[in-house]
Amino acid sequence: MHMSDALLSPSVGAAFWAGTLGAITYASKKLRQNLDDRFIPLMGVLGAFIFAAQMINFTIPGTGSSGHIGGGMLLSVLLGPYAAFLVIASVLTIQALFFADGGLLALGSNIWNLGIYSCFIAYPLIYRTLAYSGKTRRAIIIASILSVVIALELGAFSVVLQTKLSGITELPFRTFLMLMLIIHLPIGIIEGIVTAGIVNYVKNIRPDIIENNAATANSSFKKIVIVISILAVITGGILSLLASSNPDGLEWSIEKILGKAGLSGGGDFVTNRLSEIQKKTAVMPEYNFQGKEKAVAAGTSASGLLGGIIVLALIFFIGMGIRIIKRGRQKP
Amino acid sequence: MTFDAEYFNIGYLDSLSYKDTFVHRLDPRVKLLVSFIFILYVVSFPKHELAGLMPFFIYPVFLLISGDIPFKAIAKKIIFVSPFAVLIGIFNPLFDKDVLIAFYGIQITGGWLSFFSILVKFILTVSTMLLLVAVTSFPGLCESIERLRLPKAFVIQLLFLYRYLFVLLEEALRMIRAREARSFNGRGRDIKTFVKFISVLLIRTLERAERIYHAMLSRGFKGEIKMRRKYRLGIKDIFFAIISVALFYVFRQYGVANFVGNILGGPG
Repeated sequence: MHMSDALLSPSVGAAFWAGTLGAITYASKKLRQNLDDRFIPLMGVLGAFIFAAQMINFTIPGTGSSGHIGGGMLLSVLLGPYAAFLVIASVLTIQALFFADGGLLALGSNIWNLGIYSCFIAYPLIYRTLAYSGKTRRAIIIASILSVVIALELGAFSVVLQTKLSGITELPFRTFLMLMLIIHLPIGIIEGIVTAGIVNYVKNIRPDIIENNAATANSSFKKIVIVISILAVITGGILSLLASSNPDGLEWSIEKILGKAGLSGGGDFVTNRLSEIQKKTAVMPEYNFQGKEKAVAAGTSASGLLGGIIVLALIFFIGMGIRIIKRGRQKP
Repeated sequence: MTFDAEYFNIGYLDSLSYKDTFVHRLDPRVKLLVSFIFILYVVSFPKHELAGLMPFFIYPVFLLISGDIPFKAIAKKIIFVSPFAVLIGIFNPLFDKDVLIAFYGIQITGGWLSFFSILVKFILTVSTMLLLVAVTSFPGLCESIERLRLPKAFVIQLLFLYRYLFVLLEEALRMIRAREARSFNGRGRDIKTFVKFISVLLIRTLERAERIYHAMLSRGFKGEIKMRRKYRLGIKDIFFAIISVALFYVFRQYGVANFVGNILGGPG
């Protein structure tokens, strides 16, 4: 499930962008060090393949609804984690831009949720350990299902965490988490089965492709752990940096750069103080400050609402007016 | 959406980006950064804010009008895209039931306010991103992120993906047509067939990649891809950036909507 801009706060979005950019830089560097020239066109075309494959639906047994594959694990098996991560990042970028799946700010979080866990955790730790020990059909099936499920569940957990940290939803943390984890379990199992099927099929016809990668993607367990910890430190560091540079909470720092948090326009001392408190509550999801928060939120007053509607109408009428005049000029 | 419809959709946005208007001619770096700042400003509003968001519509409307982009195309896409934000937001009215605004007897609860706030933020951010792509060519965007120092391997990956996207989609389209022509009543859509279907597409893709690689080698490819720089930062770019960001700042800082509402003597 794709994260959306509207559900993110600036600091959470920025922190995950930082982590994602770190991962992209690291993966690019890794690729440059030991890149087979062949990989450049291969990665590009495989990205396009994932795109096309995602648009082909199949019927999910028993339900009659249709699903499609995500393809993160498949790419890791074919290309190794670093190249696969870049390919997933590029696919998500194009989806964000052309289909508006997610958003510009949410893109960092989406690449994190759908790329990092499958390429840098589930693939090296679970898939490789299980699949390459046996190399039989069954080993591949078990490895795919397990690794895809774990990657997806971690991604779902991440979505919940990002939304909650942003303080937008009123859904209780536990309910939201259970909902997301349960929804993603069957999706993961089906995707795992499909991934295993494709890997086994390709292995029969072109064994060189799958075997080849087993050799090139020979990065040690230790390295992977180091990469993950560095990424975690970057993201966590930025989150805590934004949080600690101002005691009033996570949301403050970026909002301070953007402009003061004047809710009711004038922004006297009391409302500012209260809006800080409101932000504090946003950081700590379980923290209940409802009473005071309402006082602040009342800044969105009835006259404000009316003004908002008028402003909106004005912008659209002026816009449409200009368009009509423009069209009129073009005609003769 | 059917496969055909989705396929033509991507092509449509792409074709819009080759128009020649004021916003199309702006440096992609400026458009990308200003749009990113715009989104940061929009999502920085607290969850119950609704009125303060309204003035921000000026930016997407500006891109739409000056870029001469059809309104319908963008509106349709916004409605179709991920219902995730709406799905998460719709729970807010259930959990947050305190009345915040009473308006000639109509009572609005905090939950509904935050739900509509999510909705408005969603429309603002999604429309801005779609419009950004509609007024900037994809190679232009890639050039801009390369000049903003993103790793070249990633930029080249994006360019390659984009170049072969349409080729691969057409390949898939042919296969889907063949499947549809031979199967009735949803047959041939089960997982087993799907796996074989995708596997065949994958093998075709891998073979295509090999052919492309050989073609590149025979044209002198030595592992390095050079990118052409087309855009230069001009005065109009800087003007556009400064005015837009200043406007966002003013909208965020001062309650423009409140001001208008008060002038017109709205209640409360």
